[in-house]
Amino acid sequence: MYVAVKGGEKAIENAHRLLDEKRRGDRRLPALSLEQIAGQLALAVDRVMAEGALYDRELAALAVKQARGDMIEAIFLLRAYRTTLPRFYESLPVDTGAMGIERRISACFKDLPGGQLLGPTFDYTHRLLDPDLTGEEVEPNDLGTAEANDAVMRVSDILAADGMIESEEPLVDEDGVEATPGDMTRRPLSYPLSREQRLQALARGDEGFLLALGYSTQRGYGRNHPFAGEIRIGLVEVEVDLPELGHAVPIGRVRLTECQMVNQFRGSSETPPQFTRGYGLVFGQSERKAMSMALVDRALRARDFGEDVLAPAQDEEFVVSHCDNVQATGFVEHLKLPHYVDFQSELQLIRTLRQEWAEARESDADGDEEFGREAAE
Amino acid sequence: MSTILDLLDRPAIDDLARYNFAYLDEQTKRMIRRAILKAIAVPGYQVPFGSREMPMPYGWGTGGVQVTASILGADDVLKVIDQGADDTTNAVSIRKFFQHVAGVKTTTSTEEATVIQTRHRIPERALKAGQTIVFQVPIPEPLRFLEPRETETRAMHALEEYGLMHVKLYEDIARHGHIATTYAYPVKVAGRYVMDPSPTPKFDNPKMHMNPALQLYGAGREARIYAIPPYTEVVSLDFEDHPFAVNRFDRPCALCGAENVYLDEVVTDDAGGRMFVCSDTDNCEDRRAEGYVGEQTEAAESGLSGPREARS
Repeated sequence: MYVAVKGGEKAIENAHRLLDEKRRGDRRLPALSLEQIAGQLALAVDRVMAEGALYDRELAALAVKQARGDMIEAIFLLRAYRTTLPRFYESLPVDTGAMGIERRISACFKDLPGGQLLGPTFDYTHRLLDPDLTGEEVEPNDLGTAEANDAVMRVSDILAADGMIESEEPLVDEDGVEATPGDMTRRPLSYPLSREQRLQALARGDEGFLLALGYSTQRGYGRNHPFAGEIRIGLVEVEVDLPELGHAVPIGRVRLTECQMVNQFRGSSETPPQFTRGYGLVFGQSERKAMSMALVDRALRARDFGEDVLAPAQDEEFVVSHCDNVQATGFVEHLKLPHYVDFQSELQLIRTLRQEWAEARESDADGDEEFGREAAE
Repeated sequence: MSTILDLLDRPAIDDLARYNFAYLDEQTKRMIRRAILKAIAVPGYQVPFGSREMPMPYGWGTGGVQVTASILGADDVLKVIDQGADDTTNAVSIRKFFQHVAGVKTTTSTEEATVIQTRHRIPERALKAGQTIVFQVPIPEPLRFLEPRETETRAMHALEEYGLMHVKLYEDIARHGHIATTYAYPVKVAGRYVMDPSPTPKFDNPKMHMNPALQLYGAGREARIYAIPPYTEVVSLDFEDHPFAVNRFDRPCALCGAENVYLDEVVTDDAGGRMFVCSDTDNCEDRRAEGYVGEQTEAAESGLSGPREARS
């Protein structure tokens, strides 16, 4: 006897209790504190802030904890919180040239004003598992307190001084009036997009997706001859204009990773050949994301430079419509929701088609038999 | 005077979860209502809107939830269904969400509800004037699988260039002898826009035509809202020699005996046993309360009270 499946509500409750238990893990061990997560899993927290599009280490650490370390789930938690926050001000554009440098490298020049500063990087480490970390004790560090380094000039500014690279154009609207950038979280994107809209989408796009697309441009799918002009990581001040005061005031500092790719030239009868730019900017420390973003940004400018749009990384509808991992994971995973009503429709149709096929075959077979007999006669 | 530092002052972490009525802030609701009004004014046209992240995943009803959250008032009575049923897990989850953030009265009765949020079905019981049905839409663009580019499909709608859709339906007939679209079957609304009715089975398409209720469609991930105002002509696309026809079931519901309703196929054992029961659980329960019985309920009753012959 079929009993209608009831009790979805109870089942959900139980599942969530079980989830909570699993999240906590072995209760004989101390629970992770948010400080531990923010301090020792800092790059995970950075990624959640970047793709969650909210700069708040404490909340991002909470999201990582609540999501049991599932990055995309944590990003989703932070986004769903962010969307409820009111907007008070728009900050002024941050000045990455004035960044307090923690890391700064250029692949274009052997040495340059401000020098090459490696900073806290995995580069040149040997990826050998370190058993000493398993029982790491509290020990004083011998680095002293890290001092904020001075600002150093940007490599792109060095090139721009000679007119060797395309200049940074101020953002203008259709009538040539200086414009403020749109906000993709408030207004729906409408294709074709402006570059600043694409950069917004890429800044919160999935690191893995952008990595793969950036990689594809290096392997010939939209090649754009990139050089890592500069990668810099450090703290920048965020300022807002206060009408009451008549000037801008700093409201805090955020850590950013900026990547300026220098790409092969273009020129015209009016302008001499110049390097072109690809740009990446990410919350926190994430070179992989910033570099991938810069490659993809440059690829997406193909049309502006009169290049053929042939590769996925050059196709803005393809890239921007699919780079958001919160959207992507939701839609892929929605396939586990019940679809039995639609499936029933398909079942009915395929049964009809199969029946018709069987009938047609039968009548064909009859026909063949008759034909055979006739031939024999 | 409040300073910017006050404004930036975040509440302590355990005070985070304080939300507005029906979750969305009033500014967002106003923006969504404007989109809804435009959608009603241009039936079947997809209106872009500033879709927000919701606390449930994209693809799980965020568009419908945003529409419902924007139109819901304190006096509304909300019904949520998925696959026609009130007790499917996602319907339960969305209903609980609105109980939690809006505190509105909820119901499973189609009759009683003022707002019905649905995924994949239109209730069997005819909707009334004054009711609103909100559909969750995964892919709002009916031309999307024929043309993946938004810039192209937008132009096709603007030019009323729907030949491609007819070619697709024709190719179905050429290949299978039937139009092989059984759900999300395209319709033309008020003689102008071709529209995706969301993945409801085509069985439900006739219910959209001249319906006294307001039909709203929300696609969160794709950031589109569209609508069919009450009493609007909705025509399923077809050909003169291959007219649109709904799927029929060759047996009634095993629980309530209803005919001409949409049925779910339930696998009852591992030996090919099947039974067919109403997809619309509320309609089925109502009918059973009114004394209708089906094959299965008859058998159960006779099992309890001895052979039927003995009773009659």
